Amino acid sequence: MKPGTKLKSAVCDTEVMVIRGSDVEVMCGGALMSEDTPAEKSAIDTAFAEGTLIGKRYVDSDGSVELLCVKPGKGSLSIGGASLQLKEAKPLPSSD
Amino acid sequence: MNISLILQMAADADPERIGLVCDGERWSYRAIQRAAHGAAANIADIGCSHIALLDESSEAAPIALFGAALAGIPYVPLNYRLADTDLAALLQRIAPAYIVGDVERAKRLAPEGGHTFCSRKDFVAAAEAAADTASGEEREGEGIAAQIFTSGTTAAPKAALLRHSNLLGYILGTVEFCSATEDDAQLVCVPPYHIAGISALLSSFYALRRIVLLPAFDPDDWLQLASAERVTNAFVVPTMLARIIERIDEGVQADLSALRAIAYGGGRMPPELIDRALDLFPETNFTNAYGLTETSSTIALLGPEEHRSAHNSSDPAVRARLGSVGRPLPTVELEIRDEEGKSLPAGECGEVYVRGEQVSGEYRGKSALDAEGWFPTRDAGWLDSEGYLFLAGRADDVIVRGGENISPGEIEEVLMSHPAIAEAVAVGVPSTEWGEAVAIAIVIRPGCDRPDDTTLRTLIKDRLRSSRVPERIAVLDEMPYNEMGKLLRRQVRAHFQDN
Repeated sequence: MKPGTKLKSAVCDTEVMVIRGSDVEVMCGGALMSEDTPAEKSAIDTAFAEGTLIGKRYVDSDGSVELLCVKPGKGSLSIGGASLQLKEAKPLPSSD
Repeated sequence: MNISLILQMAADADPERIGLVCDGERWSYRAIQRAAHGAAANIADIGCSHIALLDESSEAAPIALFGAALAGIPYVPLNYRLADTDLAALLQRIAPAYIVGDVERAKRLAPEGGHTFCSRKDFVAAAEAAADTASGEEREGEGIAAQIFTSGTTAAPKAALLRHSNLLGYILGTVEFCSATEDDAQLVCVPPYHIAGISALLSSFYALRRIVLLPAFDPDDWLQLASAERVTNAFVVPTMLARIIERIDEGVQADLSALRAIAYGGGRMPPELIDRALDLFPETNFTNAYGLTETSSTIALLGPEEHRSAHNSSDPAVRARLGSVGRPLPTVELEIRDEEGKSLPAGECGEVYVRGEQVSGEYRGKSALDAEGWFPTRDAGWLDSEGYLFLAGRADDVIVRGGENISPGEIEEVLMSHPAIAEAVAVGVPSTEWGEAVAIAIVIRPGCDRPDDTTLRTLIKDRLRSSRVPERIAVLDEMPYNEMGKLLRRQVRAHFQDN
């Protein structure tokens, strides 16, 4: 994966676009995400079932991976067992 | 990456919400998305290399922008105000293109080149007709979302390229997705060929803020539309704001009670105009945005609170910030450098350099970025101790007199302090003795007497120094501006050469 890659959840409707980061295994709802749409959805791990929100950005603890949720779903995102955190963006006044 | 993601997310999040209003017609996000998919399918069938818009703003602009993005070719909005010969040259540079808009003129100017011509109405109808069978597949192409020809104030227009990654970097870094409510409406009156015309579409689609298009700016139409559509946000260039205020002063009535925010940019804001606007609209949030085509729009901004605190302050340093363009965006790095490329400390004037994802700095055939990715804007400026950026004209406008660099801005500022002077411009003119000498052109305030030459020279000598004293002085009826309110210094220079 590289910036621009879209990853789909294997357990729910979640889809994310990679903004930053490369070659890491991103999980959603406890299952590995992939570029392909799963033929059949697998069961969600209840430990990662807080859901994703469209338009929100998710980051790992050191900020090396950043994902944009482009389709929401029931699963939540994690890398190596650690949940990704919602990135708080300071709102800017509209300038266009 | 593809900017079509912006439209897709908006259409997924709230398909039936109205995203665009133009000429009384209302378009939902779903309707725009369907038309964009149809346009992409038609583009693929034609096999053109660019899609060009030779037209005023309408629903065709976002349909062409997103349709081109999905089809993987650049969207090229053209300046319909260009003279025939200049426009013909640009049409040649984008062949074979799918040209939407003024079919008669485009056919006459570019009969060769394999172009496909289509009126606005036919383009939109064909896009809607193809929507049902369109795949919606997104193609990468060269990764270029938009190609914008610069205004070419110094030489032939350059084809500035904005990649999907630049525009998405800008939008994702500055706009919160779906941050607008259904009551929010953005009045867009800048022409589609200007970078602000593109960024306005992208920002508002991503925020899910309804766009209200005003295809040709007229202050009375602006006021009428702002009132009728309960507009909450607007972007204007300073000359537009001046004309709107003029009409309000002349008694034109409009209900602007919904108007929460006015952003402005695209040219220098006269201090007395912004002061007047802040008094006239005491509840409105003003934002000054500074950006370039090559930087995907805004790179620095002066926000609403900063406007109010500067406006209400008695501290000269804080008040002066109304004349700044604010601070760089958190996602952009900005430096002032001297001619050798050395970074300059606060207070020293040099050239503005920027770096960031949104900064393209790329033209067809070459990139202007240095090895570390910095873009030289060719704008001169300096930062104050708090990081506020002050612009001092184009780096090319610097007057070099006997090896000494003189910023036109410092001379103009001193001249503007004279109560009889409405506008002042300093330019370099050829001099056998100094290489270049200072010449000034001024416009006298109505009802005031022209200050004599000695008064003007003494004013500059006392406030600056003798090297800044103008050799030539001209009084003009008005300064030459282009339609976006950009001062045409070359025409001021030409005035001195012709006389």
